Amino acid sequence: MTDATPLLELRGLGVQLPGDGGPRAVLHGIDLTLGAGEALGLVGESGSGKSMTMRAITGLLPPGAQLDGTVRFEGEDIAAMAPSTLRRYRDRGVGMVFQDPRAHINPTRRIGSFLTEALTLNRGLGRRAAQARAIATLSEVGIDEPERRLRQYPHELSGGMLQRVMIASVLLAEPRLLLADEPTTALDVTIQAEVVGILDQLRRDRGLGMVFVTHDLDLALAVCHRVAVMYAGRIVEVRSAERMHEENAHPYTRGLLGSRPAIDHRAERLTAIPGRPVSAFEAGPGCAFATRCAHVQPLCRERPPELAPFRGGLVRCHRVAEIHQETSDGTSSQEATA
Amino acid sequence: MTASTLATSSAAPPTRSAGPRSGRIRATLTRARTALGPSGIVAALFLLAVVVFALIAPLVAPADPNAQSLLDAYAGPSPEHLLGADGIGRDILSRLIYGSRTSLLGPALVVLVALAVGIPLALAGAWYGGAVDAVVARVFDLVYALPGLLLAVLAVALFGPGLTPAVVALSIAYVPFLARVVRAAARQQRVSPYVDALAVQGFGAARINVRHILRNITPVVLGQAAIAFGYALLDLASLSYLGLAVQAPTADWGVMVSDTDALMKGYWLPVVLPGLLIVACVLSLTVLGSRISGERPQPYLRRRRPRPAQDQRRRADRTSRSGDQP
Amino acid sequence: MARLILHRLGGLLVTLLLSSMVIFGSLYLAPGSPENVLFGNRAPSAATRAAVRHQLHLDQPLPVRYWDWLTGALHGDLGRSMVTGQPVAERVGAGLTTTLLLVAMATVLIALLGLGLGTLAALRPGPVDAGVSVATSVSVTVPPFVASTVLISVFAVRLGWFPASGTEPGFLGSLHSLVLPACALALIACGFLARVTRDALREQLVREHVQTAEARGLARWPLLRRHVFRNALPPVITAMGLLTAGLLAGTLVVESAFAVPGIGQLTIQSVAQKDFPVVQAVALLLVAAFVICNAATDLIQALIDPRLRAAGRNT
Repeated sequence: MTDATPLLELRGLGVQLPGDGGPRAVLHGIDLTLGAGEALGLVGESGSGKSMTMRAITGLLPPGAQLDGTVRFEGEDIAAMAPSTLRRYRDRGVGMVFQDPRAHINPTRRIGSFLTEALTLNRGLGRRAAQARAIATLSEVGIDEPERRLRQYPHELSGGMLQRVMIASVLLAEPRLLLADEPTTALDVTIQAEVVGILDQLRRDRGLGMVFVTHDLDLALAVCHRVAVMYAGRIVEVRSAERMHEENAHPYTRGLLGSRPAIDHRAERLTAIPGRPVSAFEAGPGCAFATRCAHVQPLCRERPPELAPFRGGLVRCHRVAEIHQETSDGTSSQEATA
Repeated sequence: MTASTLATSSAAPPTRSAGPRSGRIRATLTRARTALGPSGIVAALFLLAVVVFALIAPLVAPADPNAQSLLDAYAGPSPEHLLGADGIGRDILSRLIYGSRTSLLGPALVVLVALAVGIPLALAGAWYGGAVDAVVARVFDLVYALPGLLLAVLAVALFGPGLTPAVVALSIAYVPFLARVVRAAARQQRVSPYVDALAVQGFGAARINVRHILRNITPVVLGQAAIAFGYALLDLASLSYLGLAVQAPTADWGVMVSDTDALMKGYWLPVVLPGLLIVACVLSLTVLGSRISGERPQPYLRRRRPRPAQDQRRRADRTSRSGDQP
Repeated sequence: MARLILHRLGGLLVTLLLSSMVIFGSLYLAPGSPENVLFGNRAPSAATRAAVRHQLHLDQPLPVRYWDWLTGALHGDLGRSMVTGQPVAERVGAGLTTTLLLVAMATVLIALLGLGLGTLAALRPGPVDAGVSVATSVSVTVPPFVASTVLISVFAVRLGWFPASGTEPGFLGSLHSLVLPACALALIACGFLARVTRDALREQLVREHVQTAEARGLARWPLLRRHVFRNALPPVITAMGLLTAGLLAGTLVVESAFAVPGIGQLTIQSVAQKDFPVVQAVALLLVAAFVICNAATDLIQALIDPRLRAAGRNT
């Protein structure tokens, strides 16, 4: 994974959208690398830039958006791709599972049309051949009576079933990179686990690289190898999933882990992160989390921290070492270097 | 007592700001300027000029609009007749100025009557919902599908040519045009929390509707009324052109356009000028109307839908369907 | 689908029957007796008046007269014109082909220009969009009678390319002489349709399912065809239904302006002359056209949107 070209590489990725008073940054200096077969979680609150990162990876930015930095897929800069190459990349390179299948599947066309159109239009596959593959894939994602489903319209299927159709449509294209943009947020809780299970299983079976976007840190930790936590359009912490519970260092990450109920013990009270999340363009000159951080110092408001190595991960915080020391009562604080 | 006033002030959107009178007027003007935008201001000024001219027609018109002088037939523009004269030597400028009176009076009546009939119906439909709303909406839809012009022609067939039957028929035809918009806006207000707050405090339906709902949807109503004014003007001018509303010797823009004799002889000025005035008025009214009701392009960042509401709707929508497991 | 068609068809017949009653009733309840048209300015003796009333069946009660008229109408007999004495069916029939041709030509213009300009504006943001927007904003405020006078003044009187009034003999002749009326008739509707089309396409272009299609690497045209155009149809169809109804009303004005011998001119003439049998036949014809227009719109909507089809009567 170190030697070969990575599957996906984001370098200094930034996005600015046109706003009322000039362009507004919604993403800022995102650096990420994903190897083949690796699963990366992207975690943050609404407006933290997770979805915009996904859009940047597929090259689907809203009109008027300005892109900084590079997105490389298997070493190729997607901003420099010719239109036909870009289409080919979207067709075969990357597949995207969207958050809300009911909105993301054309309501006026049959399921069969949705599943087979990429195959017939992009690859010139015959209708029958495409349908046969669609039926096979539908069974793979656990949908019964696949032949009948092909003739149905989206409004005749439940949300969970539609999300499975969406996953099937991505699998049919046999991409090397799978993007899942909050694939379970719009679904009922009981169905969420099933859909995640299917996604995880299929990713393993086929050895796909995956970027899994969610606001649920625990879900990301369960499904991914590595997790990047985002806040206000920036990455504030990257760490392997196994080490996140023990080694989490950024105050925001800690806030996220503290704000959900644990299964193993009954907490007196969940600690909420005070204040509301800010967007990237609202952040001041210093650390974007300064307005809500319990450990804030004057330095935090003046100078933006860099993403720096800390205890096996990367953390964007001026005071990460001090905070770690304070909270762990000085034990094992000597290792905090890099 | 204090509790109720407190609740009202926090639940109802602020409609009035404190401050000295002059400052308030200046603030209102500034707000109007930013809301209207350059095109809206030009339209408003033009319409203001037309209305003023109509009101003081005898003072500004250079001649009697019906004074004939065969020697001046089809005279071109000259110091005596600034815009020339028509086939029997009547001064075109004076006829245009006087014509604005009948041309504006008719549509004004149409809009007023339509508002007087439409607003109560629309508010009642939005407030009571259910069967009342269903009946109101169905009737609106039916009348809406019928062009006002045809209704007016039928009315003229019944009662004979003249402004009155035409205005009455068009008033009926324009009720749904206004009421549909009022109903939609009022329905939105109906479900907002401040209305519940008022109802809980025991305010009556009439009071809430008139003092709060109607007040909050005023921009929408005014905007749509301006657009309706424009189209009523078009329809009435068309009827006058056909000889079914305002009758021939009277100076009226629609009547003036119907001067086919001048047209065939190649004198386009007496015919095209009133036509252009009509178009300019209607254009100004539609521009003004859409600006007042607040149709403005929104930048991308603002277009995001509020997520929780959407999720709720979707969830409700889903539970009403068959379960996920087959 | 079949249920929906039946449902619509039933509603259509009921509406027609009701409107025929309203039209028939209101015309005969109008002030002034219908037979006065025949007498003009003369003051007839009571005996003459009674004789005429009997001949016109005006002495019978309204329901009987309505029933006679209705059964007659169903057999193609719409009575006789009070002014010319011709059978009404004949007069209406003579104008119908001309009016239909005029409406057809205007519809072609509207479909080509309205849909074309709207699509262009939707797909080319910036100066093209702004230009189309200005043009359509102006065009929706130009009433047919103003457009008629300008067109006559320029293309008929000044340039002499087209006749200023009437129609020329033969099919090609009518086609040629209906060019200007069709343009005058189409102007407003073109603008409206262009706007509706543009807005509908824009709304679909930013939809999530279009994003999905784009993310799958579909080429531009298949994407537009499969996911944008078809989904944008419902508001466009609704607009076309309303505009066609408006077009029929517009023929009243345009045919009078260009002296085209069609239904529109016939209506205005008979209204002015209080020729009631003709008025009620024509009025019923126009109402029928509107109702059919609306029903057709609903059916097409149901064909396009599978959700409506399932709901059946939920239109």
